[in-house]
Amino acid sequence: MADLRVNIGRLSLKNPVMTASGTFGYGVEFADFIDLSRLGGIIVKGTTLKAREGNPYPRMAETPSGMLNAVGLQNKGVDYFVEHIYPEIKDIDTHIIVNVSGASLDDYAETARRLSPLEKIPAIELNISCPNVKEGGMAFGTSCRSAASVVKAVRAVYGGTLIVKLSPNVTDIAEIARAVEAEGADAVSLINTLLGMAVDAERRRPVLFTVTGGLSGACVKPVALRMVWQVFHAVKIPIVGLGGIMNATDAVEFLLAGARAVEIGTANFIDPQVSVKVIDGIAAYLDRQGCRSVEEIIGGLQV
Amino acid sequence: MKKLISDLRVTENVALHDRYVLLKAAPADGTPLPEMLPGQFAELRVDGSPTTFLRRPISINYVDRAANEVWFLIQLVGDGTRQLATLRQGDTLNVVYPLGNGFSLPSGDERLLLVGGGVGTAPLLYLGSMLHEKEYAPHFLLGARSAGDVLQAEAFRRFGTVDITTEDGSAGERGYVTQHSLLQKEHFDRIYTCGPKPMMVAVARYARANGIACEVSLENTMACGVGACLCCVENTRDGHVCVCKEGPVFNIEKLLWQI
Ligand SMILES: Cc1cc2nc3c(=O)[nH]c(=O)nc-3n(C[C@H](O)[C@H](O)[C@H](O)COP(=O)(O)OP(=O)(O)OC[C@H]3O[C@@H](n4cnc5c(N)ncnc54)[C@H](O)[C@@H]3O)c2cc1C
Ligand SMILES: Cc1cc2nc3c(=O)[nH]c(=O)nc-3n(C[C@H](O)[C@H](O)[C@H](O)COP(=O)(O)O)c2cc1C
Ligand code: FES
Repeated sequence: MADLRVNIGRLSLKNPVMTASGTFGYGVEFADFIDLSRLGGIIVKGTTLKAREGNPYPRMAETPSGMLNAVGLQNKGVDYFVEHIYPEIKDIDTHIIVNVSGASLDDYAETARRLSPLEKIPAIELNISCPNVKEGGMAFGTSCRSAASVVKAVRAVYGGTLIVKLSPNVTDIAEIARAVEAEGADAVSLINTLLGMAVDAERRRPVLFTVTGGLSGACVKPVALRMVWQVFHAVKIPIVGLGGIMNATDAVEFLLAGARAVEIGTANFIDPQVSVKVIDGIAAYLDRQGCRSVEEIIGGLQV
Repeated sequence: MKKLISDLRVTENVALHDRYVLLKAAPADGTPLPEMLPGQFAELRVDGSPTTFLRRPISINYVDRAANEVWFLIQLVGDGTRQLATLRQGDTLNVVYPLGNGFSLPSGDERLLLVGGGVGTAPLLYLGSMLHEKEYAPHFLLGARSAGDVLQAEAFRRFGTVDITTEDGSAGERGYVTQHSLLQKEHFDRIYTCGPKPMMVAVARYARANGIACEVSLENTMACGVGACLCCVENTRDGHVCVCKEGPVFNIEKLLWQI
């Protein structure tokens, strides 16, 4: 069988398949369905400095081949994570990566600092799609300057592997990727959800309480692939690809476009066993193609 | 309680009136059904509907242990449920189950009222059967728009006394469940209810006013069904909690309803 191991900076994964933040809880929610230790990594829910209650109902709307969510980063805060959740999940035999969010540079840096002593958290994923409260609510990830400033602030206090998760709601994602690479990001992951909206025509109202929400699922895959491809040609650091991966073939497409690893998100809702099926499917693909290692196909798209 | 993802084989599809189907299904591999609590639900995968992406949450309507069959009572409201209604004997139905918490069962000598509205009667049949098994004599109060929406009345009669209200008076008493004369005549110690939110609010108000313990089964928009995505929260005394995991059954004392 082909060698599935890949490295994201100093972090070595047993295979390139991780689960995406906000779609897999803390992993334990899926323990009845799969052997969690088979995963390359688990990226847990978005964590902020202080607890957040998230948005009111309704938070979700199904759309053609996808869904919109407006969860609003509900979580109990980083201290609760460190004291209560970390002890419950630290012995899962895979990499646990925490997704970090914030409304200010200090929020991000302080959250990262409190996570850095945790031995079993070798990496964090910075979600820079949150609104920057100080700069009038524009997302950190939508300008090179603010994206770079978050990475710089976190890099100064965090020594582990730093993955920066990029927002697709920008004109030129390659430019943002270059900006975070320059500030010392070890890797980038993309894409986060695409800003979208759903309308209930009969009631003449938006479906979501927040009017707009984040689009995910099969429908976003072409956009995500395009962005991975563009970023692959713009930076040297590893890329973690995600957005609409529903099966192993989708995952292979991301690897060919330049991703070194992938994350499975919304697909977990439809098939809670999909992540391990993707691992097995990638292995079968490599065998079928006569590849000895997954490395052979990363960025291997022939154009 | 361990959750499973499993292929069921449809054993029967019974059309009830024109807007409901009763799907009976058994594990395709012949294994015994898992333990399930009344009030729990399943997430049904919908194959063959181009517009349906996510699974559909459907209550456990009844568990026939002798036949190793689980029942789902489904109202046809959109593409997903209409597609489920086309399943025929022998077709595969993929489910993730059992999910959620379930109703808390009574202890001691209690008089029990189960109030259902529309397709919200679905989980009450299984609950009624369990109560009957434990030698309670539950009283069912089933509310519907008209006679054609009263579901499974015969099945309910096997487990207790049945009263009916319809909004147009075409079956039972005319009006809403909370207007039924039964509530003036008899005293109950515990109420279980499931149905449209306005109905459950009215039932909860009646329970609160009369000092009766009351549990309601809530709906919400769901994606994962296992407490992972936080798409389905209800605001409670403990903050936002997932209806799919902490619920769908809640004691009314935990909710922030204006009752
Ligand atoms: C825990 C739980 C248990 C349930 N048990 C049952 C059951 O036993 N039998 C049954 O028939 N239904 C049940 N439902 C409701 C059922 O899940 C929805 O009716 C179904 O998902 C609709 O799918 P659809 O594709 O047919 O309709 P869609 O195309 O998704 O929607 C059609 C219309 O119905 C509305 N709608 C969709 N879902 C809901 C919902 N959850 N609540 C209120 N309105 C909705 C939509 O706004 C839209 O107007 C349950 C829901 C939950 C959360
Ligand atoms: C319900 C839900 C919650 C999410 N929460 C987060 C989050 O907290 N942090 C984050 O960076 N991304 C979050 N995401 C985005 C996903 O991690 C992922 O980037 C996106 O859904 C695209 O991948 P997919 O199409 O495979 O789901 C969330 C997505 C969904 C559907
Ligand atoms: S549906 Fe995902 S948490 Fe309830």
